Amino acid sequence: MLMIPRALHDKIVAHARADHPDEACGVLAGPAGSDRPERFIAMTNAARSPTFYEFDSAEQFRVWREMEERDEEPVVIYHSHTATEAYPSRTDVALASEPGAHYVLVSTRDAGQTEFRSFRIVDGAVTEEPVTVVE
Amino acid sequence: MAIEVRIPTILRGYTGGAKQVTGTGSTLGELITDLDSRHHGLADRLTDGGGLRRFVNVYLNDEDVRFLDGLDTPVKDGDTVTVLPAVAGGARPPAAAR
Repeated sequence: MLMIPRALHDKIVAHARADHPDEACGVLAGPAGSDRPERFIAMTNAARSPTFYEFDSAEQFRVWREMEERDEEPVVIYHSHTATEAYPSRTDVALASEPGAHYVLVSTRDAGQTEFRSFRIVDGAVTEEPVTVVE
Repeated sequence: MAIEVRIPTILRGYTGGAKQVTGTGSTLGELITDLDSRHHGLADRLTDGGGLRRFVNVYLNDEDVRFLDGLDTPVKDGDTVTVLPAVAGGARPPAAAR
């Protein structure tokens, strides 16, 4: 299950809405081994595409090094789908490279409401998990 | 001569769990061949048909080697090579390889 503070949930939704119709992407960092998302890091989508995202490689290096210096890890990796459901695509599954992370999918296909779901993706297998937003 | 190579979680199965290994070589390509001699299968996760794999980022010190010389990038004693799988995905596959 994913427990996420309200403020971080809302930042992810706001980022996805702001970047629509391009996919938005980013990380929630937290203390290594804690499974607690604490720090919001919006990442540039180097692909700037409505159907694909990729972290800028230099930015990813800096963020990953910063997390290591702070003894953090990527607890959540999030991105948005802008015309399809908030469910991992075959591309998402094929490219998932952080087995310890919660993969949050947000969909902005409906202007009125934003879908927000979370998944584990390990060895090609997708498992949805409940999301608890902590007020 | 020793070049430090930092290995991401997803590839540590090839290094017995080690997050850092050392190797030698005068280019990145030679270094990868050297690592593969001790960590069998690692080269195939990093390279494909003579080039770096599309969704694997390799950095020499602070720079993405795609902006240097790829596998021909010279490396030397005291350098640090970092491997980070690209974080990518989306509703559809990318249009074309980078």
